Amino acid sequence: MNNLRYTRRKLTQKAMFFFSVASAFIGIAVLFLILGYIIYKGAAGINLDFFTKLPTPVGVPGGGMANALIGSFYLVGLAGLLSIPAGILIGVYLSEYGRGSFASAVRFVSDTLTGIPAIVMGIFAYTIVVLPLGRFSAIAGAFALSLLMLPIIVKSTEELLKMVPETLREASLALGIPRWKTIIRIVLSTAKSGIITGIMLAIARVGGEAAPLLFTAFGNSYMNLRPDQPIANLPVQLYVYAVSPYEDWHQKAWAAALCLMGIVLITNIIARIYAGKR
Amino acid sequence: MAERGRLIGLPLLNKDKAFKWFTAFLSFILLLLSIGILFELIISSRLSFDAFGLKFILSREWDPVQRLFGALPFIWGTFVSATLALFIAFPISIGIAIFLSELAPRWMRQPVSFIIELLAAIPSVIYGLWGLFVLAPVMQIHVEPVLGKYLGFLPFFKGYPLGVGMLTGGIIIAIMIIPTISSISKEVLSAVPQHQKEAALALGMTRWEAIWRVMLPYGRSGIVSAVILGYGRALGETMAVTMVIGNTPNISLSLLDPAYTIASVIANEFTEATYELYISSLIELGLILFVITFILNAFARFLLWRMKRFEEVKV
Repeated sequence: MNNLRYTRRKLTQKAMFFFSVASAFIGIAVLFLILGYIIYKGAAGINLDFFTKLPTPVGVPGGGMANALIGSFYLVGLAGLLSIPAGILIGVYLSEYGRGSFASAVRFVSDTLTGIPAIVMGIFAYTIVVLPLGRFSAIAGAFALSLLMLPIIVKSTEELLKMVPETLREASLALGIPRWKTIIRIVLSTAKSGIITGIMLAIARVGGEAAPLLFTAFGNSYMNLRPDQPIANLPVQLYVYAVSPYEDWHQKAWAAALCLMGIVLITNIIARIYAGKR
Repeated sequence: MAERGRLIGLPLLNKDKAFKWFTAFLSFILLLLSIGILFELIISSRLSFDAFGLKFILSREWDPVQRLFGALPFIWGTFVSATLALFIAFPISIGIAIFLSELAPRWMRQPVSFIIELLAAIPSVIYGLWGLFVLAPVMQIHVEPVLGKYLGFLPFFKGYPLGVGMLTGGIIIAIMIIPTISSISKEVLSAVPQHQKEAALALGMTRWEAIWRVMLPYGRSGIVSAVILGYGRALGETMAVTMVIGNTPNISLSLLDPAYTIASVIANEFTEATYELYISSLIELGLILFVITFILNAFARFLLWRMKRFEEVKV
């Protein structure tokens, strides 16, 4: 009787451990299935034209996504200009000065903002930038992306500054260096590589976002570098191609997916390896 | 510097104070920003709120031509798809978390968790592309007919296999939230004190029983918050869902039927909305999404924060 019960407990353990290993296997398999399929389908569409030519109308062969590629870098760069300095300084405030209820409120709101759907940020950018300006524009898209980046940068900066040993600050202050200079020259520069990792992760995160750009940056079949005009970008272009009924546009969507995934994953992986080395 | 300031009669500029206040000012703007989002969404959805009031969330009618807007099918689609995704993702995520914190050999842990976390780095629109051209056909040809044949007596599996629909949407969302739930759960499990586990083993429990009866209950509030964060992500997921859920505003028990979510209808119709009431209704949908996800996230953060006061959990 006792023996039977023991066997049953052993069997339960075996079954559950098998399930656990299988879960990990499923996770890994799904990643490689998706990556593999996108490389397989997209590789055929990646050539020099893809990076240098403008898109062609349906049915006209050739053409590329130069405008979308440059547009994506443009949008992310502009979003970075808006959010990186502010994000770092808010992180500094939370880590170096932030005690009390105001800092807790900021921390709480910033953390909570990371969970707000990107499309809601798109709506906000629409009402704040697109409506007053009267048209879709690159700056509206960049604003939406910067709202997504800001809380990520704040969080990572705060966490990293907290890891800088207190003795470094004390040594600097004891030498008579004022606090603000200590923070900029000693604390921030000690944590520099970590902060850069955080920024890269934030960039990788928003670089693939299409939802907040649909009705802010909108898209553009031509090259545009003016901030007050609609601008093409890789994720939205990919979406438009994917849901179109045309076979040759689907092919372009796969190529765009491979390109976008390459950029996003490589940025992400470099950031993580860089972080691991520290 | 100080001398010069005094000479021209300016008050001494204290750079330390100025720096501190500048960073505090930026933090204040961040705070204002979140209130601003709420405020702006409320103002912009006034028109729709005045026109429909509470009927907005109770009505099933979504007819831009008749100027009728009811959000019920989208609310239904959002919650059902997210809940379905959670049912799929939760056991797998916990399995992964147990594997990474207890079972895997030490050399394997870092690379495997790295790979699982990469799942979170793939852009939503790429999941959508894959879901639309790979997963949906597989579901249509191989999975849904089988479900219909053997489980068709249940209301959940009635209907014509279309490939796109609630089930396919749920699966895609599940893949996307697995990394969120599993990585937090892994941290929570790793933070369970060693002596808890040792005590359980010493009492004669098997390793599995120690995990199931001691470690998981010990980390319960952390795991709950992981689930809530994952659920919040699932509710707001946009591009991938838009591409595979079928985009039809109906309320059906069947998981094979196409559905529509709040985020998808905003993505699809926002640029097509030609008059103000239409846009306002879409923004009110956005407001609903904002309020729900804000509350969920706030609650999850609160749980994690309360836990963190007692133990060292890095999330």
